[in-house]
This record gives sequence, structure tokens and C-alpha cells, in this order.
Amino acid sequence: MALSNIWIVTEPSNGSFTTTSLELLTEARTLGGSISAITWGGDAALAAVAGEYGATTLYDVGDLAGALPGAPVASAIASLVGSVGTPDVILIPTSYDGRDVAGRLSARLDRPVLTNVTGLRDDGGLVTEHPIFGGTQTVRARFTGEGPGICVIRAKSFAAEASGGAAAAIAAAPAGDVGATGTATIAATHVEERVGPKLEEAAVVVSGGRGLGEADKYALIEEAAKLLNGAAGASRAIVDAGWVPYSHQVGQTGKTVKPMVYIACGISGATQHMVGMKGSKNIVAINKDPDAPIFQIADFGIVGDVHKVLPALIAALKARG
Amino acid sequence: MNIVVCVKQIPDPAAPQSLDASHNLNRSGKLILDEADTYGVEMALQLVDKAGAGEVTVVSMGSAADVAGLRNALAMGAAKAVIVSDDALRGTDALGTAKVLAAVIERERPDLVLAATESSDGYTGTTPVQIAELLGLPSITFAKSVQVEGTTLKVERQTESGYDEVTAPLPALVTVTAGVVEPRYASFKGIMAAKSKPLEILSVADLSLGDQTGPLGARQEIIDVEIAESRAAGEKYVDEGDGAERIVGFLESIKVL
Repeated sequence: MALSNIWIVTEPSNGSFTTTSLELLTEARTLGGSISAITWGGDAALAAVAGEYGATTLYDVGDLAGALPGAPVASAIASLVGSVGTPDVILIPTSYDGRDVAGRLSARLDRPVLTNVTGLRDDGGLVTEHPIFGGTQTVRARFTGEGPGICVIRAKSFAAEASGGAAAAIAAAPAGDVGATGTATIAATHVEERVGPKLEEAAVVVSGGRGLGEADKYALIEEAAKLLNGAAGASRAIVDAGWVPYSHQVGQTGKTVKPMVYIACGISGATQHMVGMKGSKNIVAINKDPDAPIFQIADFGIVGDVHKVLPALIAALKARG
Repeated sequence: MNIVVCVKQIPDPAAPQSLDASHNLNRSGKLILDEADTYGVEMALQLVDKAGAGEVTVVSMGSAADVAGLRNALAMGAAKAVIVSDDALRGTDALGTAKVLAAVIERERPDLVLAATESSDGYTGTTPVQIAELLGLPSITFAKSVQVEGTTLKVERQTESGYDEVTAPLPALVTVTAGVVEPRYASFKGIMAAKSKPLEILSVADLSLGDQTGPLGARQEIIDVEIAESRAAGEKYVDEGDGAERIVGFLESIKVL
């Protein structure tokens, strides 16, 4: 039995939707049925994008007036379930706001939520796939109660591809009164500038970990990344230690990257990190511990002191011009 | 100012992890306080200290066979601990967990609820916000700094491109990232004091949640678990001064250079 009705929370971003939102729309097309997108601050441009990726309806929660999306968007979706009926499943991107929407919607509808989903199959009903233990095992799961089930899906689980559909019809989906739950408000936004390609989009990612020894040594990572026209990444350990901003973090709680080559420098390969980079086409590791888990997934490993190998690599890259 | 911190005792992440016959995470070994929770405990202690009055209560769900993790939070300075421990709770999902924790938090009526962004074993990451919704509280997730001014909460919240300054009135719920504060180590005096601090163990019957918990309440099931296709380890060389050169060669072979 094919799925007949899929709803997707699509997060607005610079006049379009986030890449993960587009990935979910694309994957929903392969599962069949009608696709509706739910967004906020919707307009004709977003309706065009939603349609281009296969949605026929774009439900718009409207202007959130600075409120964090979690409460109002969950409330709007719960109202929609009441007014237009229950979809087979609601797909939500794994993101800061996506997880807020999912948690609140789950509690509001009293429906379970499956998180860290990286695969969806229609097997006489929806089957979800979840990597566990650093991706060494895959759990397949399904909802057993009344719908809609809620799935929170990790970035880069699917490729985003437009289908060239006509603009989606916009329908208002007001949040209604959310009381105290809607009182968290954004007072100011700060953008931390970074140079070079975006971490998630770079063909080359050079990442540093605890093995660098001290914060100042991260400059070597940035220099190597720049020479390779890539982006600089980091393990959770050195982000937690305050050496680099969170926006550099690769892993379970950070970004998922799938570059042409990922160069891990002084990173042992904790489960939490590997989940975010094991999809890379090629993995190079430099680590002084020959038994570091990172070597189990590295295509090319150098057992050595990152403080010697990395400066030598930088010098070699500079010599090439 | 009274603060509840949601904490979890988890299997030591350094030890190998496995699933049991019913596909639950094997938790039969030693349990420790999730390191991710120590940031919330520290943040709470600092906020109460700054407010000049109130106390920190840690709230948990899980096996009470080993409560060393909760004692650790008490040794850091929390005033009391409450854990809901019941065989009937095995197989409870994130929403069921949120219902249990929300029922306990409701009895405490705190000004602020803190939690980690996600646990380090299950990493579902939805339980705190589910608690906020069940209790009708505003929530701010992924905090990298938390301040309270009067009855207003001021949080710096991580975003994809940097951070937002977000405000909300108390009472509220906040999830904190590891960067928010540096957790203290329990002092000898703290460890001794923790031994006599109240640690209440509740059963699910104490909370009147009926069949909303356990595998029945979860309304989801694991069909199977498979060994994932693994990447094979490739070439590995010990650096003898030629490591950088070898890497350049590899980058050339995959046409990155």
C-alpha cells in the first residue's frame, strides 16, 4: 500500500527552503501520494519552490513576529490535522527549529516521534532506518499506533532534485493562541562570518580534533583548508573546549558532511564524530595512535604526529602554488 | 529561584555498546551521569547562586539499581534528587519519558527547567521540548549562554550561521550545549554531603500515567537491526618524514590536486 498523503515541514531560508527541506520533498515523491509542505513567512516565491520539488499545497503559518518557530508551527500543524485530516506521516528536518517543532507536535497530538532517520521505505506501511553505534548498525522501525507518525530526518539522507512541478497552492494555516509556549522571542540575530566554501558544501573538508593539543594550532587546519579550497571542520571535543565556534562542528550534534575528501587531523574518531563524516567519498586520517578508530574507516591513514605532518603538508601545498 | 535539571544515568560511553534481546540499549553495567547533563547542573547551581535564594533539584528516569550518577549531581551541589524507576518503564519512548519527567517536575513547580540538548546514549533530542509542551512552558533550545534578569530569561541560542539572542518570561525550559559553562568537579566535602542529601525513588504508579509508558505507550517498534555496510580500512603508513608527501600523492590519485 503506497502512502497517500505526506506532510513535510519546510524551513524557509533566504527566499527558498533549507537544503534538508528540499531533500525531504524529493524523497517524498518516491514514496508516492500527495505532498503538502508546511512553512512560515510563506510567499509566492516559496510556493514556486515547493511546487518545483513536488508539493501541491503550501500551508503557511504566516509571520511569526520574531517568535521561535517550535510552538506556533506545531500548533498550526495540530490544527491542520483537526481540519483537513490526518496524513500518513509528517517529515521534519533535523535542525534546531525542526526538532523543536517535532517535540511540541508530538506532545500536542500525543503521537510518537522517530528521530535520526536516514532512510524511508514503503513496505506495506512506512519503515524508517536509523544508524546506531556510530553507523555500525542500522535499526529498522515502524509506527504501530494511530497516525500521524512524526519522523525527524537527518541532513543529506537523500539528494535534492527538482521535478519541475507548478507552484503549490498557498493555504493559510494559522497557529492560533499558543499562550505561554509561544513567548520565546528572538531579540537579535548574530552571524559569525566565515571565509571560503560552506562546510556542508565544500569538496574538501579539513578537520581538527583534540590531537592538535591547543587552540592556536587550529590555524594550521584553516590554512590547509584554504590551500585546498576547502572548509575547516572540528570535532565536538575542541568545540566544547571553546577553541572554535560551534558552526565548525562535524558530527551527530553538528553538521553532516559528504565531501570528495575529508582530512581528519588529530581526531580519534568518536562515534559522535563519525556519524557526521562517514559518508565522505574519501577519508584521510592523521593520528599518532595507530589504534584510533578513525583508521578503521580511513581510505588513507598516516600514523604520525599531526604537528609534523600537517605543517609539512601545508608546505608541500604551498610549493605547488 | 528554584531550578529542576533533567539528568540521565547512561552506560559509560567509553565501554562497548550493545542492544539486548528486546532491542533496548544494554544498561546492565555501571551507569554514570551523562557528561552532557553536568553542564545543566553547573548552569543551575550558578543561576541559583546569583539569585541568592532557591535550590537545584535533579530529576531522572531509569534504573535506580545504581545511583552513583545522581549522587555525583548532588555532590556538585544539587539539593535533592528524584528518580522514577520501574521495570514497567522499560521500552518507554521519548514522549513517554517526557510524560514521566513532566509529572515529577509539575510537583516541584520550578522557575526554570534545564536539560541537555540530547542524551549521549539515545540522542533523540526531543524529550525536553516535549516536557515544555506538556507543562505549557516556553522553551529555548541549544543555549550557549543563559542569564536571568528578574523574571526574564535571556539566552544566546546557536543557529546555523551564528547565534540569536532570545528572551522568554519565566517559568521556562532551556536546553544547554556543552559550551555553556565549565562544570565543577565535586569536592570531597560535596561528596560527603551528597551521601545524606534526599534521593527519592518513585514508581510509575506514583504518577498515575496508566499505559502511556513502556513498550505499549511507545506505539513504535523495532523491526530488525542489521550490521551496516562498513567502510573498509584502506592503506595506512607510519610517518617517516614522508607522511605529507604520501597524502599529496593520495590527493592527486583522487584528482583533488
